[in-house]
Amino acid sequence: MIDVIDLKKNYGNLEVLKGITTTIKKGEKIVVIGPSGSGKSTFLRCLNCMEDPTSGAVIFEGVNIADMKVDINIHRRRMGMVFQQFNLFNNKTVIENIMLAPVSVGLQELRTAKIKNFFTRVKNVFTPNKKALIPVNASKAKIKAEAKENALRLLKRIGLEEKANVYPSTLSGGQKQRIAIIRALAMNPKVILFDEPTSALDPEMVGEVLDLIRQLADEGMTMVIVTHEMGFAKEVATRVLFMDEGRILEENTPAEIFSNPQNPRTKEFLSKVL
Amino acid sequence: MGNFSKKIEKFWEIFYEHNGYTKVLTGLENTLYIAIVGLAIGIIIGTLIAIVKVLPKYKRIARILDGICTFYVGLFRGTPVVVQLLVAYYVALPLLGINMPALNVCVLVFGLNSGAYVSEIMRSGILSVDPGQMEAGRAVGLSYRVTMMKIVVPQAIKNILPTLGNEFIALIKETSVVSFVGAADLYVAFNYIGSNSYEFMVPYLVMAIIYIVLVMIAALLIRLMERSLRKSDRRN
Repeated sequence: MIDVIDLKKNYGNLEVLKGITTTIKKGEKIVVIGPSGSGKSTFLRCLNCMEDPTSGAVIFEGVNIADMKVDINIHRRRMGMVFQQFNLFNNKTVIENIMLAPVSVGLQELRTAKIKNFFTRVKNVFTPNKKALIPVNASKAKIKAEAKENALRLLKRIGLEEKANVYPSTLSGGQKQRIAIIRALAMNPKVILFDEPTSALDPEMVGEVLDLIRQLADEGMTMVIVTHEMGFAKEVATRVLFMDEGRILEENTPAEIFSNPQNPRTKEFLSKVL
Repeated sequence: MGNFSKKIEKFWEIFYEHNGYTKVLTGLENTLYIAIVGLAIGIIIGTLIAIVKVLPKYKRIARILDGICTFYVGLFRGTPVVVQLLVAYYVALPLLGINMPALNVCVLVFGLNSGAYVSEIMRSGILSVDPGQMEAGRAVGLSYRVTMMKIVVPQAIKNILPTLGNEFIALIKETSVVSFVGAADLYVAFNYIGSNSYEFMVPYLVMAIIYIVLVMIAALLIRLMERSLRKSDRRN
């Protein structure tokens, strides 16, 4: 699903990623661990080009999205992202947060289809071979109603439907992060990238967020998770990547990597955090 | 004080009985018209410039636009608004062969002028919004433009509303120079009353009071607007 080929990222003279090659298959739950400054967040952010890679390729569904000529927005809609700091839109209510992207993308597609159809119609008047119009079976109201229905369904799933019309500033960290997760889900992504989703949470709220991520994992969602929660990594991951100094030093199943690390750096890191 | 009541009588005569108040009303209307429409133009121009200024600069077009905007801001901040009015009305428009009523020239000049100031206010507002907001918008697949317009700019405006209010108040007061190009504002109206009654004390006093009241009303409206925009904060 995602092929990363010799991915490098520099900030000026600082090499943060020194060539990363890995393949993420459908349904895999990859957990990336490593000391701070190892480049694991940068790696994750390069997967959906939040940071533009300096060189190398990120092939997502057959397209190299690291190529600057690609319309990255279309591909990002298929890759959800969850941030450490939640990043809910502060000026939107909870339900607007969830609906914004689906509605805005839906309306944009509707507009494009209508404009294309208009030109096809004009061309059809002057040419003998008539071209077919793009079927438009949506309307503004329908797109909004569907997005709202979907948003309410997602909110109900996490038990926060009564929070639909409040602003994010009134929510707890755990609630915010769970809403951020379903905001990503609302676009029906093929993969979700989690950038330290529990690091900014109070300890008592970590559980509810991990529970939701676990549920999604059980449903077969493909995920890449950067985390410091080793227990969670052990339990959810199908593969663990250990990164240090911009390289993947070791990758293996969680059982292997936690009980029998091969690389001395992995051993050292795990002995400190476990 | 007998002298003063005589002055008030004279003022009242011209103001009320000789229809001076219609001039005052027109002046008031023009003052508000220039300030409000000018600020509206200023906010639009200012927002566009601010967005250009915060645009990532790795594309050539962004750098060119940035240069143009820097020049624009420099031009309009570097000259007094009176000079801009005079140049626009007596130099630029005749050279371009455009015939435009003085009032519209004033609106345009005040709009362009305030655009230069608002751009810097708006830029600081955009920079004050957490970069995570832009990232979150981009991460769900919204374009830079949509995220900017729907997420970042609304929050920026909320943050800069007090400063923007300042700009509006400054604009109301600065409009008092439009008589330089012959637009009829409050000054023109009270000057008319003064010259017709040969008595300037009361007209100018009333003019000052009107300005103060205008600014106080504007400040109140800004406060109300701020409160309604703050509804996304915890405190209501």
